Amino acid sequence: MHRRSLLAGAAFALAIGAAPAGAQQRTEVTFWYGLGGALGERVQEQVERFNRSQDRFRVNATFRGSYVEVMTGAIAAWRAGNPPHIAQVFEVGTATMMAAGPAIKPVHELFREAGIDIDPKRYLAGVRGYYSDTQGRLVSMPHNSSSALMWVNLDAFEKAGITDIPRTWREVRAAAEKLKAANATPCVMTTTWPTWVLFEQQSAIHDVGLATRANGFEGMDAELQLTHPFFQKHIQFIADLHRDGLFRYGGRDNAAGNLFPSGECAIGFGSSAARAQIARDAKFRWASVPLPYHDDLIQSPRNGVIGGASLWVLTARNRTPAEYAAVAAFFEFISRPEEDAWWHQVTGYVPLTRAAYEKSKAEGFYERNPGADAAIIQLSRAEPTPNSQGFRLGGMVEIRNIIQEELEKVFQGQQTVAQALEAANRRGNQVLRNFERANRS
Amino acid sequence: MRKKVIFPQVGLPYLLLLPQLAITFVFFFLPAAQAIWFSFLRQDAFGIRTEFVGLENFVELFADPLYRDSIWITFVFSLSVAALAMSVALGLAVLADRHIRGAAAYKTLLIWPYAIAPAVAAVLWIFIFHPQVGLLGRFLNGIGVAWDYKLNGTQALIAVIVASAWKQVSYNFLFFLAGLQSIPRSVLEAAAIDGASPARRFWTVVFPLLSPTTFFLLVINLTYAFFDTFGVIDALTKGGPAKATTTLIYRAYIDGRVNLDLGSSSAQSVVLMLAVIALTAVQFRFIERKVHY
Repeated sequence: MHRRSLLAGAAFALAIGAAPAGAQQRTEVTFWYGLGGALGERVQEQVERFNRSQDRFRVNATFRGSYVEVMTGAIAAWRAGNPPHIAQVFEVGTATMMAAGPAIKPVHELFREAGIDIDPKRYLAGVRGYYSDTQGRLVSMPHNSSSALMWVNLDAFEKAGITDIPRTWREVRAAAEKLKAANATPCVMTTTWPTWVLFEQQSAIHDVGLATRANGFEGMDAELQLTHPFFQKHIQFIADLHRDGLFRYGGRDNAAGNLFPSGECAIGFGSSAARAQIARDAKFRWASVPLPYHDDLIQSPRNGVIGGASLWVLTARNRTPAEYAAVAAFFEFISRPEEDAWWHQVTGYVPLTRAAYEKSKAEGFYERNPGADAAIIQLSRAEPTPNSQGFRLGGMVEIRNIIQEELEKVFQGQQTVAQALEAANRRGNQVLRNFERANRS
Repeated sequence: MRKKVIFPQVGLPYLLLLPQLAITFVFFFLPAAQAIWFSFLRQDAFGIRTEFVGLENFVELFADPLYRDSIWITFVFSLSVAALAMSVALGLAVLADRHIRGAAAYKTLLIWPYAIAPAVAAVLWIFIFHPQVGLLGRFLNGIGVAWDYKLNGTQALIAVIVASAWKQVSYNFLFFLAGLQSIPRSVLEAAAIDGASPARRFWTVVFPLLSPTTFFLLVINLTYAFFDTFGVIDALTKGGPAKATTTLIYRAYIDGRVNLDLGSSSAQSVVLMLAVIALTAVQFRFIERKVHY
């Protein structure tokens, strides 16, 4: 009986959603997101505020599992003709979504049709660039963006007699040796998201392309250039740290996520969005600073790139202009300075707009939370170059995993850095060619 | 001696079979046919552009040295899981078959793991294997064994084998226990009177009489190891380090659901389907002859 009433309820809800928007009737749109736990609650709060702020539209937000699950679910739903209006897609899915042509509605088009005039310049450069087309027009809506930072355990640094937080890799190595000599923590340093931190962020900071054709922004015929001397030098540097017991490989993706907050490792590289977790779990004094760079390669490091996700508008045969208007209104709402500043301050993601950054500054947020602006500084300290605006490579999830696999074989001692980069380059380019072929024919 | 039920009309038996056939059709034949069709195509993620490529997906697959590696890994993994899960279950069943106090409680406890979702099981094993937080992992590192399944391929394979086998022990235990209980006491008593030791009684009387159960479980366990273990692998090692724990089913899952390459993933499913059909046929044709019913 219970199940039947649930089914009836679902059918009723569907009927309402499909009904044409009447005078008092709100236009309903669905929004699938992939943020669990506390972050998911923040999403719901914001959606709730949007629904209360006006009486024409209603956004129904649902948690649909991991980023991968949201994306595959949304694609399957589009194939079946019934996709959500808004899908949150992680940054590495960007190229796949952009190549989807008729399946998506670019955000600039959405705003134009809804008569909303939003200057793309109001979004932070590092955020905007990642989700814009070659003409600088927004294709998806920036939502939750982070950048990679270096987190340091100040108690361990004090124990090892280190007074200055390292800024370059040379200084990182010197600090690591002191930390090890003083036996300050069981592990000296580690990283989460190895490909994102060690390859994507570092290549952007050093103004080296991960791939040709402006990291794929200029065309699907981009080729990886992992055999570039920069990667050879940088990965060899990391491999040497590992060999000397100064770096611990903690696993793929976010598997090493608890090594820094638990006090196991004194230095941790990871997302700026880990701030809430670190603030809650760390039983020591800590600081977050921009990522180190090789000062013999670049004097003033470029901007880092973002991670996180953006919101995509999916098309369907029976979509009405009112539904698109509802989506546009929601996007406009979350871009307002007060909403954006709230989102930035409660989640640890970077603000999407400059206005929200200025507002947080004026409110003294960064004085109360030192280091909370490290990611923003890193993202906006230089005008993005073709090598640092982001990545638009098909099959990026697969490429990230390939790089992690080959990196693991280096740490295992099964192959040299040169062999790993060569293999990753070859396998990754195969992925790019397959993607190019599947999306051209 | 063969019994035959004769139905007066032709229609009725088919009608009675219909629900089962319908379910098989909808949940097996339809998706299987779709997988076969997709294995000849190359598509983008959204299915907007589709190209018929013939056997290209299969050719690419077998030309890939990493795919050939994962065939070998699957072989080692499946045999180990089946052997471990069955031997442990048989041992437990023999122990539980005796007259002991609280046998019902033991049995219930042993059956529990079967009700646990693969991902949850994997998380439990993370708390055992993890080099920093796991009980066993910390112990091993403490006594000087360099245990780190995130970087050591052999250790990673051992970890997923143990976690996968553990999940299946309950199921095997149930069947072995039922098998043991159906062995007539008189046969065992006769052997005992003839002076056969307990070990000899087990290997010459009990084990042969259990062979139908053992054979059935072998088929079930290999199928389990082939198809139902990707949850454990995904939560524990994600197929790594490098590709040390990427089995065929895990690769099909990753290529299809994460990498969104439906053509290659479908081709892999077809290969898996053929492998399991062949495996089962071989088992029924050759091994079943040695089974005493």
